Amino acid sequence: MSDPLLSAKNLTKRFGGLAAVNDVSVDLHRGRIHAVIGPNGAGKSTLTNLLSGDLPPTSGQIRLNGENITGRSPERIARQGLGRSYQKTNIFLPFTVWDNVRLAAQSRERHAAFNPLHWFSAASRLTNVNQRCERALELAGLTARASNVAAAISHGEQRQLEIAMTLATEPTVLLLDEPLAGMGAAEAESMVALLQRLKGEHAIMLVEHDMDAVFALAEVLTVMVNGQVIASGTPEQIRNDAGVQAAYLGEEH
Amino acid sequence: MSTAKAQLEKLPRSIQFVLALGAIALAAFPLLPVEGGDFYLGMLSQMMILAIFAMSLDLLQGVTGLVSLGHAAFFGLAGYALAFVTPQDAPIALWWSLPLAAAAAGLAALVIGFFVVRTHGIYFIMVTMAFAQMVYFLFFDNKALGGSDGIYVTFRPDATALGIDLDNKLVFYYFTLVVLLALYFALRRLLFSPFGRVLAGIRVNEHRMRAVGYGTFGYKLTAFTLAGALAGVAGYLWAAQTGFVNPELMGFHMSAHAIMMVILGGMGNFAGAIVGAFAFEYVMHVFKDLTKHWQLLMGGFIVLVVIVAPRGLLGLVERFTKRGEKA
Repeated sequence: MSDPLLSAKNLTKRFGGLAAVNDVSVDLHRGRIHAVIGPNGAGKSTLTNLLSGDLPPTSGQIRLNGENITGRSPERIARQGLGRSYQKTNIFLPFTVWDNVRLAAQSRERHAAFNPLHWFSAASRLTNVNQRCERALELAGLTARASNVAAAISHGEQRQLEIAMTLATEPTVLLLDEPLAGMGAAEAESMVALLQRLKGEHAIMLVEHDMDAVFALAEVLTVMVNGQVIASGTPEQIRNDAGVQAAYLGEEH
Repeated sequence: MSTAKAQLEKLPRSIQFVLALGAIALAAFPLLPVEGGDFYLGMLSQMMILAIFAMSLDLLQGVTGLVSLGHAAFFGLAGYALAFVTPQDAPIALWWSLPLAAAAAGLAALVIGFFVVRTHGIYFIMVTMAFAQMVYFLFFDNKALGGSDGIYVTFRPDATALGIDLDNKLVFYYFTLVVLLALYFALRRLLFSPFGRVLAGIRVNEHRMRAVGYGTFGYKLTAFTLAGALAGVAGYLWAAQTGFVNPELMGFHMSAHAIMMVILGGMGNFAGAIVGAFAFEYVMHVFKDLTKHWQLLMGGFIVLVVIVAPRGLLGLVERFTKRGEKA
């Protein structure tokens, strides 16, 4: 098998005495969706925050495209090809959908902002950025909403916008934290279709509660409980795992 | 979702029209036969200088979301820079002393900014104030730097290279007006440039900016430095006009007044800062004529404006003209 695009080894994050993430290892490969499931408080979001650099790990190592990125700032990790979306919608509410995505796309043109020669030219005329923005909006199915203010679109569309912003930075690795949270059935369906399309080009980690979606999408599943991985494998293996049934499925249902 | 309350960034035609009228009025004022015209000329020049100062703060406060309570430090430093380089017996050339003073203020902002832009919210306010107080007392307690009395700027800068004589009040007035307009249009361009868009993004959601790959520290430091240099342009003009600098120029009140000007006019579009500076100074003069307890009235006035017009006077204009269009 090819080398993983993102590889985390023995990650641990302690908050005081509590190990929110305890000795967790994950490998993300291009063309595969790796789902992380588990009950509330299992440490899924903390794991995402460790991988994206939002939180520094207490111990362990993270490699992105073979390079050690442990402890780097989130902006550096993002520039090296990691994109993430947030569980709680994290967008620029007063801006239009277009401006949200355009700003994300512009993050890849640093010289445009820092060169004083560009201080008097309009950001809206950066052709590369506009093209990337258009592509991301189209992929996420938001083209029709481009001129709407982000605060005024539906919750499901805001979730799509999260994804579009992430895509506009053209990442190779995607960390998606509950992209389906709070979505209606139709919206969820189109999101699942979108993730299916993205799979080919990206290595994706999907944190999700919607089990139908998870089992429809994922090639690999990791089950976390209390900060620890209790099982990892194909959907088939997970479904038949007695430990998972007892600790997770049993508890939830 | 109250954060979604849009700021007036793009100015509607109605406001552009009002602003253009204001600019024409400023340009035409000296031509009118007003009694005591010289006095008003000086006063308006001073208002324009404060408008430049307020615009420089708006770049931080309204655009980037960094409320600095120490911005006057850079205003005052540039004034002192002019005072220091002006010899006792001759004027100094404008063409290099203005850039020098602005650069000195910008350099100070770069150094101070390196420490303060790491902080957020209330801490940013406190730390900027602390640094400005340090600069204030550095000058206040130091006889070599003029001490509490300040220093005279013995001559107005010499602008013969531009073919003008700044000693002439009328010429100084128009020179200040040109600088104000030039900086206003430059800042408007900057606002919609790639750099300006990043600053606006930082104001709205800095966390998300970092998540998509922006090193926000560098952007905020650049904005802080640029704002300091522009405050320096205003401080230089102030020193040139009044012929005098003292530590009060860098004091707490000066910084606080600038914040109020920006809020009064409306944040984040530079036009509001100009309108706010004029309104603030005008109202202050009116209150000062009424009573020596003018600060009491001023406080009430600011509270009233914030309640009635949370987006400042420009927001008020927009609201009324919008209503007119619907009718």
